[in-house]
Amino acid sequence: MSETMRDIEKLTEASYEYGFSTDLDTDVAPPGLTEETVRLISAKKDEPEWLLAWRLQAFAAWQEMDEPDWAKLQIAPIDYQSISYWAAPKQKPVLDSMDDVDPEIREMFDKLGIPLHEQKMLSNVAVDAIVDSVSVTTTFKETLAEAGVIFCSFSEAVQDHPELVREHLGSVVPVRDNFFAALNSAVFSDGSFCYIPKGVRCPMELSTYFRINSMNTGQFERTLIVAEDDSHVSYLEGCTAPQRDENQLHAAVVELVAKDRSEIKYSTVQNWYPGDENGVGGIYNFVTKRGRAHTDAKISWTQVETGSAITWKYPSVILQGDRSIGEFYSVALTSKHQQADTGTKMIHIGADTTSSIISKGISAAKGQNTYRGLVKIMRSAENARNYTQCDSLLLGKECGAHTVPYIEVKNPTAQVEHEASTSTVGEDQLYYCRQRGMNEEDAMAMIVNGFCREVFDELPMEFAVEAQRLLSVSLEGSVG
Amino acid sequence: MLNVANLTASIEDNPILKGIDLNVGAGEVHAIMGPNGSGKSTFAHALAGRDGYEIEGTATIDGADLLEMEPEERAAAGVFMGFQYPVEIPGVNNMYFLRTALNSVRRTRGEDEIGARDFLEIAQKAMDLVEMKKDFLHRSVNAGFSGGEKKRNEILQMAVMEPRLAVLDETDSGLDIDALRVVAAGVNALRGPDRSMIVITHYQRLLDYIKPDFVHVLVDGKIVESGDHTLAVHLEDHGYAGFLNSGLDDASLSGATA
Ligand SMILES: Nc1ncnc2c1ncn2[C@@H]1O[C@H](COP(=O)(O)OP(=O)(O)OP(=O)(O)O)[C@@H](O)[C@H]1O
Ligand SMILES: [Mg+2]
Repeated sequence: MSETMRDIEKLTEASYEYGFSTDLDTDVAPPGLTEETVRLISAKKDEPEWLLAWRLQAFAAWQEMDEPDWAKLQIAPIDYQSISYWAAPKQKPVLDSMDDVDPEIREMFDKLGIPLHEQKMLSNVAVDAIVDSVSVTTTFKETLAEAGVIFCSFSEAVQDHPELVREHLGSVVPVRDNFFAALNSAVFSDGSFCYIPKGVRCPMELSTYFRINSMNTGQFERTLIVAEDDSHVSYLEGCTAPQRDENQLHAAVVELVAKDRSEIKYSTVQNWYPGDENGVGGIYNFVTKRGRAHTDAKISWTQVETGSAITWKYPSVILQGDRSIGEFYSVALTSKHQQADTGTKMIHIGADTTSSIISKGISAAKGQNTYRGLVKIMRSAENARNYTQCDSLLLGKECGAHTVPYIEVKNPTAQVEHEASTSTVGEDQLYYCRQRGMNEEDAMAMIVNGFCREVFDELPMEFAVEAQRLLSVSLEGSVG
Repeated sequence: MLNVANLTASIEDNPILKGIDLNVGAGEVHAIMGPNGSGKSTFAHALAGRDGYEIEGTATIDGADLLEMEPEERAAAGVFMGFQYPVEIPGVNNMYFLRTALNSVRRTRGEDEIGARDFLEIAQKAMDLVEMKKDFLHRSVNAGFSGGEKKRNEILQMAVMEPRLAVLDETDSGLDIDALRVVAAGVNALRGPDRSMIVITHYQRLLDYIKPDFVHVLVDGKIVESGDHTLAVHLEDHGYAGFLNSGLDDASLSGATA
């Protein structure tokens, strides 16, 4: 092994800077999952009867389902009875203003670089902050309300806008969709709800920040975004968790409904705790994300996945309406013992539908990275087009990159293109940068960031900067 | 300024450089010529600090031991290498790359970093010098550049980095006549009492523009002859044939020193 390769391995032994935990006074349900647990969650949240019934139906379905095993993942068996399904920081239930947020929670978010005081906040981003199972605060509510935009925690939406929730919940991801979606539907605790009325361009970025804080709890959040005809919204989510030796389960569901001529742009920077360099601890991240695009609507998923011990997610678009557009831009970095099996599904139903997929996988140390994507062109989808590009970058000798594309074409007018490449960070590139004065870490970060450029360009400005920094931090270590 | 003594380099036990002695004074321009595979690029890389060679002998810059330094430390010490084959870095903005490079070197030297606005001025001056179109600053480093454009970009980088010692490895190869003139003019503009240059080339044409103070002939890992720029004229007429075995014979040399 050359000196440079050894150095690359050193560089990829990153440290996790969000690994602290905060001592919050928390209300935690005892571990275990039975029908009683589902009832308890529903009762804690004071939910209407129909929602409890919906949960119970999901729970019954889940009990009959098996964990999927088709992904290229090595997972120790998960004991669903040892997890607690409800944890909430104890604080005043209703917040009149930001100043009412528990100072310790505020401090925690400050430490994470997400100030919740409105005066200190990024001026054009509204934040919904979720700790463990519940939303602790949502900022800029009034500004948004003036535009007619509803942005609140899921629980609030259930109370204040039950008709909207009831109409759309499970309409894109049915309760029986898959094992983890069924589990989520039974026990989901909170999440964000966004509603953009007809013809409205949401005046600011909406963002949800997820934080797992408690030990041995799972986080099961549910996000629902509904964009009415001719509306537009850009939504961001960020996630971190403390450093703990046990694996923690995160199973979220995100549903997007994009009505005619609307556009939803959904960006994720996922940085859950990845575990240590021996593969101990870390978040198991099993996420179902899907959107339905109606006529002339556009749904665009952008994700930067640098955290979690295991990532299993396939943000998808059902291109139902004619001329609808689906996009998927992804950077997935696996280092240490991280495993990612991620990709997308583009289901073309309408005529003249277009989808594009740009996936950048980076594997370092003992990381394993799989792109798994489905492009399905139904018989009804005249003149559908797809372009897929999967690039893998290997930083080391013990990591792996895999590309598993599935293509199903039932209409002969379809045009489907797939390109794939695998490369290593060239020693030539590193040397060139170093000859120009950059140290090895900076050079490496620059080259890897360059590799991800097409995806970062899709992120809103603040997030692009954050994503670049995250990537650098994830690759960083102590150089000799 | 640069003192190289008995420098040898081998790759996996194959000796490539077999004892190079070279002294480059401040402000001097030295040309190195020699047949393909004689070790010219290897010499340049040995000075710049590329991995993978076993190196012996000494090389110092202003008295400091070059061979002990990492490539980036050499850059901070003022060594700049113009690559024979400039490397492409997809997705990395050329301007960002340059500013990062300049500021890295400045940081290492304990100097203040240069802000975006001031940098733009520096870059603009360098762009004018090499007559480069503005959009090149916003493209990815060398990605999709033509051969000649890559070479111009190397000179652009040199102009921004203001090195103490520039080693230009075949910067003239693959250039059209106009580009050659531009690159030569760039090099001449950057000549100065504090800057030394080693120019590796196959063509006397470049040396017509850049009058070197010394010309060295490198054959099979050794400098077999040194002289003034008339040596280049001699090589142009006679090739390396006379050097390949026994070195220069008197008859062929008479033309060069006349
Ligand atoms: N990595 C390597 N492994 C083995 N041999 C090498 C390696 N790199 C260079 N060499 C050999 O070292 C010798 C000198 O190469 P070098 O690139 O320095 O020549 P050069 O004088 O620059 O040639 P040119 O004029 O063609 O650019 C050549 O024979 C080359 O094949
Ligand atoms: Mg060469």
